[in-house]
Amino acid sequence: MTVSAVSSPKSSAAASSPNRSRIQASLKRRRGAETRFRFYGIASVTIAIGFVLFLFGTILHDGVPAFWQPVVKVDVTFDPAVIKVEPKPVQQPDQSPAAFQRANLDWQRKVSLLNWNRIVENSVRAEAPDIQMTPRDIQAMISQNERYRLRNMFIENPDLLGKTVPVELLASANVDVWLKGDIDRSIASDRQQLPEAARTLADRFYEDGRIRMAFASVLFTNTDSRNAPAEAGLLGAFIGSLYMMIIVIVLAVPVGVASAIYLEEFAPKNRLTDLIEVNINNLAAVPSIVFGLLGAAVFINYFHLPLSAPLAGGLVLSLMTLPTVIIATRAALRAVPPSLRQAALGLGASRTQTVFHHVLPVTYPGILTATIIGVAQAIGETAPLLLIGMNAFVTSLPVSPLDQSTALPVQIFLWEGNENRNYFEPKTAAAIIILLTVMLALNAIAIVLRSRFERRA
Amino acid sequence: MNSLVVAALLLLLLAASYQIGLSRSRAVAGSSTLKMHSRPNYHGMMVALWCLVPALAILLVWFFVGDDVVRTYTLSLLPPEVVNGDATQLRDALRRVEQISTGYGVVGDAQPYENAAGQSLHEFRLLTFWATVAVAAGLGIIGLLVMRARIAPRLRARNEFEAVVKVLLAICSGIAILTTVGIIASLLREALHFFSFISPMDFFFGTVWAPRFSATAGGDYGQYGLLPLLWGTIMVSTIAMLVAIPLGLMSAIYLAEYAPRKVRAFAKPAIEILAGIPSIIYGFFALVTLGPALAALGGMIGVPIRATSALTAGIAMGIMIIPFVSSLSDDIITQVPGAMRDGSLGMGATKSETIRRVVLPAALPGIVGAFLLAVSKAFGETMIVVLAAGNAPILRFNPFEATSTVTVSIVNQLTGDTNFASPQSLVAFALGLTLFAMTLCLNVIALYVVRKYREQYE
Repeated sequence: MTVSAVSSPKSSAAASSPNRSRIQASLKRRRGAETRFRFYGIASVTIAIGFVLFLFGTILHDGVPAFWQPVVKVDVTFDPAVIKVEPKPVQQPDQSPAAFQRANLDWQRKVSLLNWNRIVENSVRAEAPDIQMTPRDIQAMISQNERYRLRNMFIENPDLLGKTVPVELLASANVDVWLKGDIDRSIASDRQQLPEAARTLADRFYEDGRIRMAFASVLFTNTDSRNAPAEAGLLGAFIGSLYMMIIVIVLAVPVGVASAIYLEEFAPKNRLTDLIEVNINNLAAVPSIVFGLLGAAVFINYFHLPLSAPLAGGLVLSLMTLPTVIIATRAALRAVPPSLRQAALGLGASRTQTVFHHVLPVTYPGILTATIIGVAQAIGETAPLLLIGMNAFVTSLPVSPLDQSTALPVQIFLWEGNENRNYFEPKTAAAIIILLTVMLALNAIAIVLRSRFERRA
Repeated sequence: MNSLVVAALLLLLLAASYQIGLSRSRAVAGSSTLKMHSRPNYHGMMVALWCLVPALAILLVWFFVGDDVVRTYTLSLLPPEVVNGDATQLRDALRRVEQISTGYGVVGDAQPYENAAGQSLHEFRLLTFWATVAVAAGLGIIGLLVMRARIAPRLRARNEFEAVVKVLLAICSGIAILTTVGIIASLLREALHFFSFISPMDFFFGTVWAPRFSATAGGDYGQYGLLPLLWGTIMVSTIAMLVAIPLGLMSAIYLAEYAPRKVRAFAKPAIEILAGIPSIIYGFFALVTLGPALAALGGMIGVPIRATSALTAGIAMGIMIIPFVSSLSDDIITQVPGAMRDGSLGMGATKSETIRRVVLPAALPGIVGAFLLAVSKAFGETMIVVLAAGNAPILRFNPFEATSTVTVSIVNQLTGDTNFASPQSLVAFALGLTLFAMTLCLNVIALYVVRKYREQYE
């Protein structure tokens, strides 16, 4: 094992002194080389693991703050001077339900036309009467869609008219960037994204606690948004990814397992099966973007599947995952001891019965692991999805796999390319954390299920 | 709704036919003195197959020819001058009729003939749909009855069913072949279409990549020289290999030969985490962290390094490929028979000498195969280079400058554009074909080498 056995200096009288010193010099050199070589190995492993830690470290460092975003606590007055609208219609005894419905909708339309920006403005202004602020300054502070929230509050509960209630309004993306220090505070005022007055106000509110950092639940409840970046969320992308995951599980897994069973258990050894084997190995190493080209040419251009739909994306990802599932299932089948098959066959089971009743159940843990690794790989894939139009800007939730949608990794790519870099960089990192969590959860499920299956077997 | 009706019908047929087969089989078994060859569930499954296959066949036929039939019928509804008139007008008319028939309504006033045609089309659709469903159901029921009548003690239902299963399994394994055929066919088709605009000489040997936008009129498509992209791909991949091969190989050697069991059990999965991270995340890392860091480093040592450059993309890609190289090499190194190591150690070689002079040469073919697979992975990698290489398709040899690759150009040319008529988007397929051919060659050589090596020691 060690070199000491070889080098132990046998003080033989025959060994002349110069010879001995030469051997000793060479031994020193060789031991040095040994130590260096070993050190290179340790260094490589350390560097590789260092990369893992560094990568996770940067992403956590960038992304975790984005899970909190500032909200402004203000007293909102539903001022009758601004909300000039007749009382909400009540159903008259002689009124038909349809007529009441119409009156109600009419009233809601009138409410929508009111100047809700003014309500937001007045309530923020009332909090800091000493600061000169234009309406534009205030609009720059509060996220664009918060006025609709006030409007909906009023429609739900018209009794609010004339009352003052405390409400937490979502601050805009620029306030977020300013308070978190993601923008250089020393750059000239006219080049700042937030107007001067709004910056002063944001700082003051943050100090006296009227702005607090709340958990950014919008990430999980909203879809992407262009006019109100502070409200952009991942729900649409998540559902898109979920649909694709389901399609991959429904298509790639049964077909993959079936072809593995055929190739391993039934197929005769001939030219054709050899070709299939080589072909599957090659397919596993084809770049994912080529599958995207296949999808664009065949599914979109030839079969006219809807563009940007999870259906087309799921089909492409299924084809991509197929070789992974086949190869892993074959390995699992090969690992089943032949004695199991011989025993079943010897007792009179047919080949099909042997495979489906005895061999296959033993391989479930292996197939399961392969499936989850394949699915995890598929949901992290971006490039092929770009080619079938899944990088579309979609603000609606996909209701079916035929609707327009994006996917988690594509949403990461889109946010990464957003011009508002200061704001979207942490948000992208947060999206990456979510994607990694999903993949981690999948792997954890795989481990749990596998151990459970193995215990039973 | 229609597909739901069909799905419900099929499920109903499936359940009913299986049940009918099952009970018939039991009845025959009860009344017969002979012992049944197959168990009742095989009879049930055969009945279900005989019922579903004809029904499905009819539905499939309709799925493929239905649209053509409807189109022919719609054409017969339109006045002859529209049908024989100019193509855009005809397409317009067809679309309007279609919209009237589905009840969406159209822009502007509908012509009387359009309304009539829309109405008839609606009725025709309904009629053909129910006719198809009825025929499918009818054939299914006939199949069911025929199979039910066949049930007898001597019927080898299990063998028949197993034969069907075998055919189904074979069809599934055919899908992999079909995918390859589909890839090659679609790439070739669109690439040939592209070469009808641009000569292959200009594409494969051109040194300028400057595609014009489709909007540029006058038949000028721009220049589509592949060489700058190919050079970018090779440059980025080389940098990636320079990072991945030493680190990956040395990690594999250390983990396979030196590491105590505990270290190995921790370090191997830790490194393999890198392989599970989606490439878009490496792209983000390269763009946000690695690029600026390299640029700062360049500023420190006085070399101008751009934040998005071949170097940035290459290093990020190298990190991604480390686990690929290390786990493949690890497998191969551990396959080298222990006797060879013992022999070398017994002759007085040190451990590192044994590894360098005995183990590595023995494992060399396999390791070369692993390297080739890694290169092929680097060629096909997309998201890292899209984000971090700077997208500058210019033929230059400085790795500190921005560059572009084949994959980046595929994404740029095809994203958001599915009008496959212009060379601007068709070039993506020519690029894809090049990429496919390159990776295929590497894979075939690598798999051949790896396989040959394995046979040597088994």
